[in-house]
Amino acid sequence: MIAGSAGNVVVWGVWFVAAFACLGSALAVVSFANPFFSALALIGNLASLAVLYLLLNAEFVAAAQVLVYAGAVMVMFLFVVAYLGGEADAPWAGGPSWQVVGAIAAAAAILVEIVVVIGVAAGDGLSNEGDISSAFGSPAEIGRLFLTDHLLAFEVTSIVLLAAAVGGVILGHHSRRVDDPAVGGRG
Amino acid sequence: MLGPDITWYLVVSAILFSVGALGVLLRRSPLIVLLSVEIMLNGANLALIAFSRLHGESDGQVFAITVMAVAASEVVVGLGLIVAMSRRNLALDVDRLNSLRG
Repeated sequence: MIAGSAGNVVVWGVWFVAAFACLGSALAVVSFANPFFSALALIGNLASLAVLYLLLNAEFVAAAQVLVYAGAVMVMFLFVVAYLGGEADAPWAGGPSWQVVGAIAAAAAILVEIVVVIGVAAGDGLSNEGDISSAFGSPAEIGRLFLTDHLLAFEVTSIVLLAAAVGGVILGHHSRRVDDPAVGGRG
Repeated sequence: MLGPDITWYLVVSAILFSVGALGVLLRRSPLIVLLSVEIMLNGANLALIAFSRLHGESDGQVFAITVMAVAASEVVVGLGLIVAMSRRNLALDVDRLNSLRG
């Protein structure tokens, strides 16, 4: 089947580009000295993840990823970095101390553990994907699940978001009152 | 399914999670620690969506969207804390925040 194998090659190519962009920008986030460039690299990471989600037939999650993460959350990050005047903080400064060596060893250990656990637990069951209908990953299907099977998670999430919004306002307000000499100390 | 099977997506997600963990352990700037936590959450999200595709059920995607909302809340509180730290003229260095050390 010529058309099928050509489509397969295209999907593999898109996957390679997205996966390597994803991993490369994640390494860039961790290794850039300037937080501003790290935040910009994270936008690339989130966008290439959205491509991987599309390859997995998760259209709605990919759209939400671009809108919520790469859009709203990262704009807030960039505003805070601009407000604080992002001080450069070289990750490898001062040569390999015990802290750097320990961090790399711990991260490598986590990677090995995850890969081993997935390999042992899943075995060769990972290559038989289930059949999906055309509704898989559509906004209608996600909305139906949110309002039926996962209604509690939906409601609790709204409370978490409300608590975070109130917390953000209180944190900002409190520090302004303490710091402002015109208001005076609180005793 | 066209393209790579679920194993390759899981490998990418495991590497993403470890790179994020490396950033959390290695970096001293709280801003970059927050960014690295985002990378870890996204690695977990990729695994959720890959398993959702493996089983042909959309529930994993619902979990992924919930994780996204929790991550947004976490960023709001984390950035609020960092701005409060900088307004009190504390150093933006997680190694030097040790007043709660027992």
